[in-house]
Amino acid sequence: MDQLPASYLAPDIVLSARNVVKSYGNTHALKGVNFDIHRGKVTTLFGENGAGKSTLMKILSGVISPTSGAITLDGKPIHFANSTDARDHGISIIHQELSLAPNLSVRDNIFMGREIMTPTGVNFAEEARQAQSLMEELEEEIDPLTPVEELRLGQQQIVEIARALSVDSRILIMDEPTSALSASEVEVLFKVIRDLTGRGVSIVYISHHLEEALQITDYAVVLRDGNITATADAKDIDLEWIVRNMVGENFDLGSPPTGYDFGEVALSIRDVSVAGALAGTFVVDHLSLDVRAGEIVCIYGLMGAGRTELLECIAGRVPKIGGQIMLEGHEVSRLTIAQRIAEGLALVPEDRQRDGLVQTMSVGENLSLASITNFVRGLFLSTGLERNLIQQSIKAVTVKTSGGDAPIGSLSGGNQQKVVIGKMLATNPRVIILDEPSRGIDVGAKAEVFKLLAERAKTGLAVVYSTSEVGECLSIAHRIIVMSRGKIAAEFSADATKEEIMAASGEAVVA
Amino acid sequence: MSNSSQTLQRSRSGLFSDGFDIGQMLLKGRAFFALIAIIAVFSFLSPYYFSASNFLTMASHVAIYAILAMGMLLVILNGGIDLSVGSTLGLSGIIAGFLMQGVTLKALGVTLYPSVWVVVVLSCALGAVVGLVNGVLIARFRVPAFVATLGVMYVVRGIALLITNGLTYNNLSGQADLGNTGFNWLGFNRLFNIPIGVLVMILIGIIGSLVLNRTAFGRWLYASGGNERAAELSGVPTKRVQIMVYMLSGICAAVAGLILSSQLTSAGPTAGTSYELTAIAAVVIGGAALTGGRGNIRGTLLGAFVIGFLSDGLVIIGISSYWQTVFTGGVIVLAVLLNAVQYKKRAKPAPKASPQQTGKPA
Ligand SMILES: Nc1ncnc2c1ncn2[C@@H]1O[C@H](COP(=O)(O)OP(=O)(O)OP(=O)(O)O)[C@@H](O)[C@H]1O
Ligand SMILES: [Mg+2]
Repeated sequence: MDQLPASYLAPDIVLSARNVVKSYGNTHALKGVNFDIHRGKVTTLFGENGAGKSTLMKILSGVISPTSGAITLDGKPIHFANSTDARDHGISIIHQELSLAPNLSVRDNIFMGREIMTPTGVNFAEEARQAQSLMEELEEEIDPLTPVEELRLGQQQIVEIARALSVDSRILIMDEPTSALSASEVEVLFKVIRDLTGRGVSIVYISHHLEEALQITDYAVVLRDGNITATADAKDIDLEWIVRNMVGENFDLGSPPTGYDFGEVALSIRDVSVAGALAGTFVVDHLSLDVRAGEIVCIYGLMGAGRTELLECIAGRVPKIGGQIMLEGHEVSRLTIAQRIAEGLALVPEDRQRDGLVQTMSVGENLSLASITNFVRGLFLSTGLERNLIQQSIKAVTVKTSGGDAPIGSLSGGNQQKVVIGKMLATNPRVIILDEPSRGIDVGAKAEVFKLLAERAKTGLAVVYSTSEVGECLSIAHRIIVMSRGKIAAEFSADATKEEIMAASGEAVVA
Repeated sequence: MSNSSQTLQRSRSGLFSDGFDIGQMLLKGRAFFALIAIIAVFSFLSPYYFSASNFLTMASHVAIYAILAMGMLLVILNGGIDLSVGSTLGLSGIIAGFLMQGVTLKALGVTLYPSVWVVVVLSCALGAVVGLVNGVLIARFRVPAFVATLGVMYVVRGIALLITNGLTYNNLSGQADLGNTGFNWLGFNRLFNIPIGVLVMILIGIIGSLVLNRTAFGRWLYASGGNERAAELSGVPTKRVQIMVYMLSGICAAVAGLILSSQLTSAGPTAGTSYELTAIAAVVIGGAALTGGRGNIRGTLLGAFVIGFLSDGLVIIGISSYWQTVFTGGVIVLAVLLNAVQYKKRAKPAPKASPQQTGKPA
């Protein structure tokens, strides 16, 4: 990678796509797209959920073939038979959805399909050494022999990134690589990206964290409904430009709903702990928290602060040690997840593929799954009632789909996330807990979801959500809790500043 | 799901942009077309094959497999497997035979002859208990389904052998003066000229379809088979569903055992050996995915008919039973092959070992 052949130093464009069309039946994901990748630069693709970003990237990396259109690499027309073919041409991709084998170790995942061979078999020592140095480059303390399923989602994403980095590619496509990363991990990734571009590697970057993306990018391209609607040099644009071109209007993430009084304490956590991986350690350490009806609480913290564990413990997914969890005054610790949902306590989990969706079912069946017992009339389900709910939910959380019967896998990543949120809201909870609800959803949808939560809060819903993006803390939350090492490190009201919040989490404040 | 697989196929091979729908239809309805083909070929080869009476006879053989297979389908939809159904079928017949001989209560010095409906209820209850053991082992103690039901398969078969000492009950007809006649009804009688066994199969099929498509339990079953973690977090009582599924499979096996021993007018302890494999084959031919979450009753019934009509046909045209085994095996492999074609687009291009990932956009 250090010495690029002289032959393609000439033009600035390393890869270009012309008139690319991709249709799935009557769905036209891409409608004649022209897209260029600049050599040694970062090109960022912006666009709403379902705009066609992932589809375009999958075409450029050989995962799927276009319905029509041409791709040229270094000025020569090319056709990728599959992703291995594309990889052999120096193009690799970090997929939006993790594509790791959970039972295999970090090392084995990184080298899956490209094992380093010696005459006597796989050179595990060398693989482990390289895996270790990749982890060091990404400033992550992960033992290469840990099975991936034991890692937090953010760490799994790091492994996914490491795998793409381990291939010396000329073009690296990153489809939402940071959706589960903390701000400091993103900083590290950006350092790595700058290093790569310095060496002549071309990057395509996709993210719904617009400000973050703006920091790293050289060129911005906006995709809207399968068409490229704008391209610009990053120097000439700002956040407002992106949002305007992406969705046509400007969104702000809202403000905490006002004009009503909070009700009784809806959720009360007293002195709750969750055991850590090592005996005697706690990931949630004797934590107490009260949330009143109508109140919106945001939990901010770094990866590993114990947020997910706390939220899963409240929902009944992981066992707690000691303490009490009270829902509207009565203890729910002994109840199963199903019983807690029936009592009005719902969790939107962090990892939509693993915990949120049933991939074998349709969009509609996923949306109605958590509230299915509400549609039972006599012995049987009332399909009419169910269909109504599905229609309503699709509208409420703005899912872009051809209809309730579409397979869930045909939705774009962000739209799948909206289905998970819609599913839990359909249970009519009294308390809703959302673990990183904005993961992968676009600005418009984020604003929609937050607006929906704010509206429900006015009618008495208690909302607890976690986030790794400080900007999101300061949107609709009445109160911001900063978690660090399993404890509440600080508590702020809605008028706190980003800097205060980040400092309290133990995070280096980035400029 | 069908249309997206269709569109993907189409985009891959633009040549077939129109004709491909036929290929897709053949692929989706493969069990049905296989059945038509089997009937056509054997009708051509043998003058006896194509007649109402032969179809009814064959259907009553099919009923045994079909009932087992429908129970198996529930288990497979849940992402499990039940290897114990053949043994349960055998034990159910043995218990029925045992009860028909009269139960002597030494303490009271009397011999009770339970009437046939009591025998039927007790046998089914026994099937449910075997299923409960499977279910508890799998759901509560996290024993892998393959291992748990393999163990139970041996235990149940052993119990059947112990009860009879390896012998067969030949007298199942009961005596009029003892009030326990009527066991033959299940195997021999007909209603509207249709064998009772076939009617039972149809009844179970209808109930099964309703349960799968129109009840919350059915939805729970598909959900927990498709992604157990997500189902659990959506409030699906996954453990209860899992236990129920094995109990239902056990009951189906017991019913099949009753019908079989009634058809044979005898109950042997080795009856139903390896039937679990036939049942699995029927489910797979019917298009269900062994990874769970996909499949339906209609397909499974078709699968059972394919297997039954094929093996009976081979008997009718006088092909050796060795060849029958080869043919049946071939059909199964072909079926799985076609399943792979149908579900192929769901496999993600990037290497992926997790079974939950089947529904991804390719
Ligand atoms: N396999 C498929 N079958 C049918 N439609 C599909 C399939 N894959 C994608 N689509 C559709 O194509 C459109 C573009 O999807 P794509 O995944 O490219 O969106 P995206 O821009 O990456 O969105 P996100 O930001 O949510 O990830 C969507 O409307 C989606 O529903
Ligand atoms: Mg995407």
